[in-house]
Amino acid sequence: MSADTMQLIQQFLLLLQYTLIFSSVLMMVALGGCFSEHSGVINLGLEGIMVIGALGGALVMRYLPAETSGLVMVLLVMLGAVVFGLVYSALLGVASINFKADQTIVGTALNMLGVAGATVLVKAINTASNPDNPSSIIEYGIPRQSFLVTFKIPVSVEGGAERFLSFEFNWFLVVAILMLVAAYVVLYKTRFGLRLMACGEHPQAAASVGINVLKMRWSGVLISGIYGGLGGICYIMAAVSQWEFERGVAGFGFLSLAVMIFGQWKPRRIALAALLFGLLRALSNVGTGFAALQALNIPGGVYNMMPYVICLVVLAFTSKKSRAPKAEGIPYDKGMR
Amino acid sequence: MRNLLKRKGVQSLIASLLCIILGLLLGYVVLLFINPAGAGQAILAVIRNFLNVSKANLQLKNLGNTLVKTAPLLMCSLSVLFAYKVGLFNIGVAGQYVVGAAAGLYAALQWGWGWLPCLLLAIALGAVSGAIVGMLKAYQNVNEVISGIMLNWITLYTANMILSGVTEQASPYTLHLRGNADQAILPSLGLGNLFNKHQYITIAVPLAIILAIVVLVVLDKTRFGYELRATGNNKNAAKYAGMAEKRNIILTLMIGGALAAMGGALLYLTDFEQWSVGLSSVPGMGFNGIAAAFLGGLNPIGAIFSSYFIQHITAGGAFVDKSMYASQISDLISSIIIYLCGFVLFIKHAMNTGLLRSEERAALRKQKKAAQAGNPEKGGES
Repeated sequence: MSADTMQLIQQFLLLLQYTLIFSSVLMMVALGGCFSEHSGVINLGLEGIMVIGALGGALVMRYLPAETSGLVMVLLVMLGAVVFGLVYSALLGVASINFKADQTIVGTALNMLGVAGATVLVKAINTASNPDNPSSIIEYGIPRQSFLVTFKIPVSVEGGAERFLSFEFNWFLVVAILMLVAAYVVLYKTRFGLRLMACGEHPQAAASVGINVLKMRWSGVLISGIYGGLGGICYIMAAVSQWEFERGVAGFGFLSLAVMIFGQWKPRRIALAALLFGLLRALSNVGTGFAALQALNIPGGVYNMMPYVICLVVLAFTSKKSRAPKAEGIPYDKGMR
Repeated sequence: MRNLLKRKGVQSLIASLLCIILGLLLGYVVLLFINPAGAGQAILAVIRNFLNVSKANLQLKNLGNTLVKTAPLLMCSLSVLFAYKVGLFNIGVAGQYVVGAAAGLYAALQWGWGWLPCLLLAIALGAVSGAIVGMLKAYQNVNEVISGIMLNWITLYTANMILSGVTEQASPYTLHLRGNADQAILPSLGLGNLFNKHQYITIAVPLAIILAIVVLVVLDKTRFGYELRATGNNKNAAKYAGMAEKRNIILTLMIGGALAAMGGALLYLTDFEQWSVGLSSVPGMGFNGIAAAFLGGLNPIGAIFSSYFIQHITAGGAFVDKSMYASQISDLISSIIIYLCGFVLFIKHAMNTGLLRSEERAALRKQKKAAQAGNPEKGGES
């Protein structure tokens, strides 16, 4: 094999690696949004929930002793992210379900609160342990290894030396697929899921057959917290071994909203949409590695904005007969018809 | 007293003050958790802002800094509240602000335009950005919140790409206007001298306040404003009354976009800040505008005060003891306040039911008194 071919294959592997992990993140968070919207609550706070979920997982990694076994580490980190995401999403639940607050304001507030809260907390932790370190960075290089399986494929390159093709497999890929199956089964094959979706289409009708609408909406919001939290920790561990919480999650929560809409609120389509948008994100990161793409000279920003452009175009053509839950965004009022 | 409490404006004011007090209180609790020793001082530092420095000169300078950033925030909040009167949630304000900033900077640095054409270009492009959301809403029934969010990110990436042509060498920051495009800096008209020769105080500050008054007049005193409010109250009723509902939706969002974009230009054409083309998130100014609009009770005059307040505590965050707390504590407080703003409707509802109940009780007491007063007489008769 020539050195050039080898490099091309390596670039493809890298692209695949990024695409898969970014798609997993987008899919999980979009599925979370899907649960919340199907129950009738628009969750614009996904970005904030991701940040807080990521914080939960990162804190677990910071405080667990380094010699913790891999499996325990993986499970506890995920648990940390899930619990943080769940608790944080309750803020949306209280405001929008019990107090009938405007869901757009609350979602926006949660996004800002997530970044500000995480920054304040991490900085406080860092300065407490070392007064000269007022940064909002948590490092997790060693615990991160528990999530990875690195494949090294030996290749003999022309001209002698043996080189390796490498590919990082991340256990989060498996988690994401399990979460996808779970979402599909719960939404379409269980009584709970069908009832939940009824509350997003016509809550008064659902209530008339004895479904507790408030309870269903709470479930939807909390499940979105679980999915969002997992997506958050998965995102910050996707490619780097430390995270600066001041930076938030760079719009992945909003990108997931686009995935959810492009996926028309259906789990299987969401998975496909996530793959497409994940690929675009990956291209913006590693696309310059390909000579052919480099020759086209497309700035990374173009790849980054494509998902939003696609989503906007899709919306423009489908919104007249939208598949969005009919009653989303409207606080439940028993007396309304 | 009761009649005073019934007035809408008074209720809004009470609700907003309640949000502020609760927000500060919760912020204080967070500080207590982090380090109880300096919590009281830190929260006072946030509230005092420029009063933390002792010299009058420096106080004026710091107040000036806060005002420079109040002007764009006020513009963003005007954009939000204007659209909200028509029942539209203009979350696209964040992107429209970016449109204005990018258009102003690019025209100034690349084409060497003067400040007025730069400002007008920003306003025009902001209106276009708003019109996209408006037309999608009016003709294709696309939810304005979703399309606004999508446009926010499209705008951010576009701005970063365009402005990367006018950055400093080997730096993600755009060139300073001072020295590179002096003609594009907003005129000060001597206003800077009022703030200890503040070089960034320009006509932006009075301009924003004038526009707040203009928005108030348009909404309250013109036929157009009346139609907008009617459309906001009941879309169908307005349509049957012969109002051009689609045109009004598009126009409203165009005006919203223009206001927000003007805000972006009003900040960046002072040269107070440089744009970083490495930005990976939409700037928070627009989202803070949402906060200011609701904190100000959706009233343009209220927005002047709420915008100032938000910038006041944001700047105040810089004065907390950095060895204990992060300056972002003020971001935390303002985001708590926005969260609480979501409860404003509930607070008003609670106030109204409370008032009704106390009125009922008063009426009952009156009846009882009348009955008691009546009884002995009756007794006397029998």
